[in-house]
Amino acid sequence: MSNGLLNKVGIPRLIISLFLAFLVAAAFSYGLPMGQIFSAMLTRFGMNSLLVLAMIPTIQAGAGPNFGLPFGIICGLIGATLAIEMDLRGFTALFFAIGISIPLGAFAGWLYGLLLNRVKGQEMTVGTYMGFSIVSVMCIFWLMAPYSSPEMIWPYGGDGLRVTVVLDGRMEQLLDRFLSFTINGMRVPTGLLLVTALCCILLWIFMRTRTGLAMSIVGSNPRFAEASGLNVNKYRLIASTLSCAMGAAGIVIYSQSYGFIQLYQAPLYMALYSVSAILIGGASLQRATITQALIGTFLFNGLLVIALPVANVAMDSDISEIMRVIISNGIILYALTRKEVGGDAR
Amino acid sequence: MRLFQKNIVPILFIIICSIGFYYSGLSWMFFANDLLTRLARNSFLVISLIIPVLAGMGLNFGIVLGAMAGQFAAFITVVYNMTGIAGFFMACLMSIPFAILFGWLTGILFNKAKGKEMITGLILGFFANGLYQLVCLIFIGWIIPISNKSLLLPSGIGFVNTLDLKIWQYAIDKFYVFRLRGITTPVLKYLNNINFPVLTLIVVAFLCMCVYLLFRTKLGQDFRAVGQNRHIAEVAGIKVDKVRIIAVIFSTVLAAWGQLIFLQNIGNVQVYGSHVQVGTFAVAALLIGGASVSKATIGQALLGTVLFHALFIVSPLAGKNIMGSAQVGEYFRVFIAYGVIGIALALHAWQRLAKKKNE
Repeated sequence: MSNGLLNKVGIPRLIISLFLAFLVAAAFSYGLPMGQIFSAMLTRFGMNSLLVLAMIPTIQAGAGPNFGLPFGIICGLIGATLAIEMDLRGFTALFFAIGISIPLGAFAGWLYGLLLNRVKGQEMTVGTYMGFSIVSVMCIFWLMAPYSSPEMIWPYGGDGLRVTVVLDGRMEQLLDRFLSFTINGMRVPTGLLLVTALCCILLWIFMRTRTGLAMSIVGSNPRFAEASGLNVNKYRLIASTLSCAMGAAGIVIYSQSYGFIQLYQAPLYMALYSVSAILIGGASLQRATITQALIGTFLFNGLLVIALPVANVAMDSDISEIMRVIISNGIILYALTRKEVGGDAR
Repeated sequence: MRLFQKNIVPILFIIICSIGFYYSGLSWMFFANDLLTRLARNSFLVISLIIPVLAGMGLNFGIVLGAMAGQFAAFITVVYNMTGIAGFFMACLMSIPFAILFGWLTGILFNKAKGKEMITGLILGFFANGLYQLVCLIFIGWIIPISNKSLLLPSGIGFVNTLDLKIWQYAIDKFYVFRLRGITTPVLKYLNNINFPVLTLIVVAFLCMCVYLLFRTKLGQDFRAVGQNRHIAEVAGIKVDKVRIIAVIFSTVLAAWGQLIFLQNIGNVQVYGSHVQVGTFAVAALLIGGASVSKATIGQALLGTVLFHALFIVSPLAGKNIMGSAQVGEYFRVFIAYGVIGIALALHAWQRLAKKKNE
């Protein structure tokens, strides 16, 4: 293999792809139900893709991967819980939840963006801890908030909302089942994939508008951008607003496909998983594309889906959670230690 | 007024703790006793953060690896049944090679990610935790044979969740317990009931002195020089990368011992949990004491430990009495830990940016 091609594919992406191929082959030789595994891969891909796409605006605007994604995620959770509180069902519930989430998420993202503009160069550390703090504040909120829907509060007293809220009969797998069909035992979650495609197209179009292009310029060369009259802070603000709004909608889509709303500590590490997915796809801390996000989501989630059954058969122990921790954090470490190409202004 | 401004963070937390204490309804005696125990068992971990801060590497979230080194050593003493104070000091001794190795690797990583040490350390902590689980949950009993089957999960692979450390629990805490006697002054007579873990306190005091003296040696001056300005230090002939690695190794070894002191007080080790929050809590404690990303003293470390753990003691009960739920207090203190770190980091970045603009 020529060195140029290797550089283009990227060593981590290559290793992960080979590993995934190896696991697929292993699963096949163990005679595991491949149809189910592939449909699980597709579903997990659709579930997570919007959360990973949410990383693109901030990376492109030069604010690094959005470690503050929990700001968006909690807004999405508020939207989803409100939909149940108002006793909505089906697509009404879903659209209501997304409709509430997006403006809330955008507002939270705007506030977060104001913070990010004051801590340039340290966005990742500050974002991580601000994300952690907001998740713990929301833990108090979930405990104290005056929700009354019997599906969400504890059946026999106890404070606050349940840790996981079941979406059965509300909006569980609505998008997954929409137009879904089965080939060779593999169920294709058509609706979910269509929504993912729609999000990609919208983001693609946005990144090619005047605003989107300006955002990329601000990220790739802030001094040049300033010199040519672009307001750097404004575009960074737009990026974080957009990113958190996408995160908010993303978690609603994630929850409906998963079938549960996970509250309290659940969103704590979600940003990290999204960050690692896009990095696995070949993005760097400064540049990311939609393709990279999609490839990364597929590789990362595909690996997790297939590792569980293979590990169960091969070594009789659950190694997939451990693998998830090692791979996701390992790839972030790799990205952090890479020499920044293109001369970062900081 | 300047004194007030300088110490705004500790003052704020003294006020929060006082309010919490008032509402918790705890007795002074219980509170003081608990606080002293916690000070003895946690201060070492917080002090272990000071050296990297002064060497300009920020808050070393990588001390989680030190805690792991300590736990590996603890496992060895459990497997070979080394008991009492000898067992404890064996554990301290055996943790050193692990900690030096981990610290060395951490240092190399930090040198590759200069300027991003904190986020790197944080992520490294998570990453190392994955490897740690791989070793303890998969390799133990499979690649690494353990003769004592009662330490393993029923499948024979992996450690059980909680390992008993009764063999050297209180090894140094109860080596000599001192209690004041015969104080008859009405207000102070409560002091009679406080147990002082003398040896632990001596060990901590000794460590403080060592760190203090370290900064008066050539190596200590190098740490400071590197911390103030890497480039000038480089020009002055200091091997910056090497000094930074040494700083991290020091920190990791101290953290390993800190974790062992912590464990000997607790008396058991949560194999998959005891070390996870070590970094966050130690960092939060240091910051509450008034330290910043680039400046920390031993006094701040000790004061921070006291305040942070005072908050730990009072917050569940205060939460219950104010908000009607102990859980609120729990979450509140988690929020404080994360929030303090977040705000401190943000302020630091903000100030640095402002300074850059002025220049």
